[in-house]
Amino acid sequence: MEAAVDPLFFRLTIFVLAIFVGYHVVWAVTPALHTPLMSVTNAISSVIIVGALIAAGPAGMDLSGVLGFIAVTLAAINIFGGFAVTQRMLEMFRRKDGARGQDP
Amino acid sequence: MTADLAALAYLVAAVCFILALKGLSAPGSSRRGNLVGMIGMVIAVAVTIADPSVMSYWWIVAGLVIGGGIGTAIAFNIRMTAMPQLVAAFHSLVGLAAVLVAAAALYSPQAYGIVGADGAIRLDSRIEMILGMAIGAITFSGSVVAFAKLQGLVSGAPMVFRGQHLLNLLIGVVMAAAGVWFAADGNTDAFWIVAALAFLIGVTLIVPIGGADMPVVVSMLNSYSGWAAAGIGFTLENELLIITGALVGSSGAILSYIMCKGMNRSFFNVILGGFGGAGPVDTAAGQRKVNQGSADDAAFILQNARKAIIIPGYGMAVAQAQHALRDLADKLKDNGVEVAYAIHPVAGRMPGHMNVLLAEANIPYDEVFELEEINSQFATADVAFVIGANDVCNPLAKTDPSCPIAGMPVLNAENAAAVMVVKRSLSPGYAGIDNPLFYRDNTMMLFADARKMVEDIVKGL
Repeated sequence: MEAAVDPLFFRLTIFVLAIFVGYHVVWAVTPALHTPLMSVTNAISSVIIVGALIAAGPAGMDLSGVLGFIAVTLAAINIFGGFAVTQRMLEMFRRKDGARGQDP
Repeated sequence: MTADLAALAYLVAAVCFILALKGLSAPGSSRRGNLVGMIGMVIAVAVTIADPSVMSYWWIVAGLVIGGGIGTAIAFNIRMTAMPQLVAAFHSLVGLAAVLVAAAALYSPQAYGIVGADGAIRLDSRIEMILGMAIGAITFSGSVVAFAKLQGLVSGAPMVFRGQHLLNLLIGVVMAAAGVWFAADGNTDAFWIVAALAFLIGVTLIVPIGGADMPVVVSMLNSYSGWAAAGIGFTLENELLIITGALVGSSGAILSYIMCKGMNRSFFNVILGGFGGAGPVDTAAGQRKVNQGSADDAAFILQNARKAIIIPGYGMAVAQAQHALRDLADKLKDNGVEVAYAIHPVAGRMPGHMNVLLAEANIPYDEVFELEEINSQFATADVAFVIGANDVCNPLAKTDPSCPIAGMPVLNAENAAAVMVVKRSLSPGYAGIDNPLFYRDNTMMLFADARKMVEDIVKGL
């Protein structure tokens, strides 16, 4: 095999391996934190903003630029909102004063 | 910044996201995990902005400020009981962003470097683009419907009509045909036909699914938003998007699986919809005798108990009764009563919904147990206190193989010495069946709004 492998297959490899990583990491999540899990996955899936940033940043504005700007705004709502609401929820899961045991 | 350096930074960001999910394995490590996730996002955005193809920052800054402001304001003001609809709304935004990015790449392919030698978008990029876009569009409209149902803008009852599955099949086939057309020659009309049909099928797929099945739907849409991101990642040849999309996609899929198992139903049974709501109710129910009690009766039994297990359900969320419940538990603990909480996996409207509400009311998480952990303890409990839950503690699931919830794991509330059920009326739960637990000799029904009843019991202690 002298011909170079299409980079698409490297990406496919990464994709499949990442699914396995996700599978193992998510099964380890405690059921009590399943709601924060949804809100944080929501925030990180908004990393799609990297595609929007490319579209929103050309020298002159065109149709793609407008689409990119809207996408940046929507993704930013998700990123800021998702991480902030996750943090707010997780703050509630602190060990409570007066409860059994001490704050670690 | 060179492309190699950018790729390395993206790898760091991907590792940050994995650590953010890993942190959620215990409450103690979860907050640090979330911070690491934020760092990963900052790296991803900073590296992308530093890319030479980004030449103007005004629109980007404007979008970040506007979106960031809105998102932060929502996050700090949302009520915890409204979390399911908020998550649904957030999913819809990811879906829409995926559609917009795909469209931007369609009109300016050269900006993303996906143009082939002939000046058109390459075939593999076209296939990835149309797939990512279609999944994004379904995520968007499906999440909007889920949001409307959870927010109460439309009825939570399943909306079924004749030929529903045939219609979905038809839309799906035409959509696939238009997708092949786009993949073949990159026609923009074909792109928008696929988009329009994907928006439509997102609505027709979710509309027949009832309100209490929303935990599965929200998890599924969570998964879709990940696959959409991964599809766009393939289109834009961005490994970070591919990895993140795969993580989120498998996360949502696992949650859907856990929710389906919690109801002993197959994924397809849930997704095909039409469950619950309209089913006929046992007519004999009206004549059967229930023991109705008052708040004072309940207070008397509770303070003489040694051990009480509380079973919260969606009714507690609706009545915002979690804070009153905490007051009740505190009083009981002062009286020497051992208090624990039993959470059914599908209680509420999204995975982990009840845990968040109890945490909001400052209930220590080490008093809150999952079904498998606590189910054997009902036999040694003096009181099972059911608040706003129904199907999740219906013993018919164990005894009647023909009922709609047959085989569903349920909380063994009936094993406690006494059972108290706070409920507004004897109306059946989501599954549309009667609950024999309510008619047992050792069960006391407390008919009232959950919050008012709990407050009255606290006064009576």
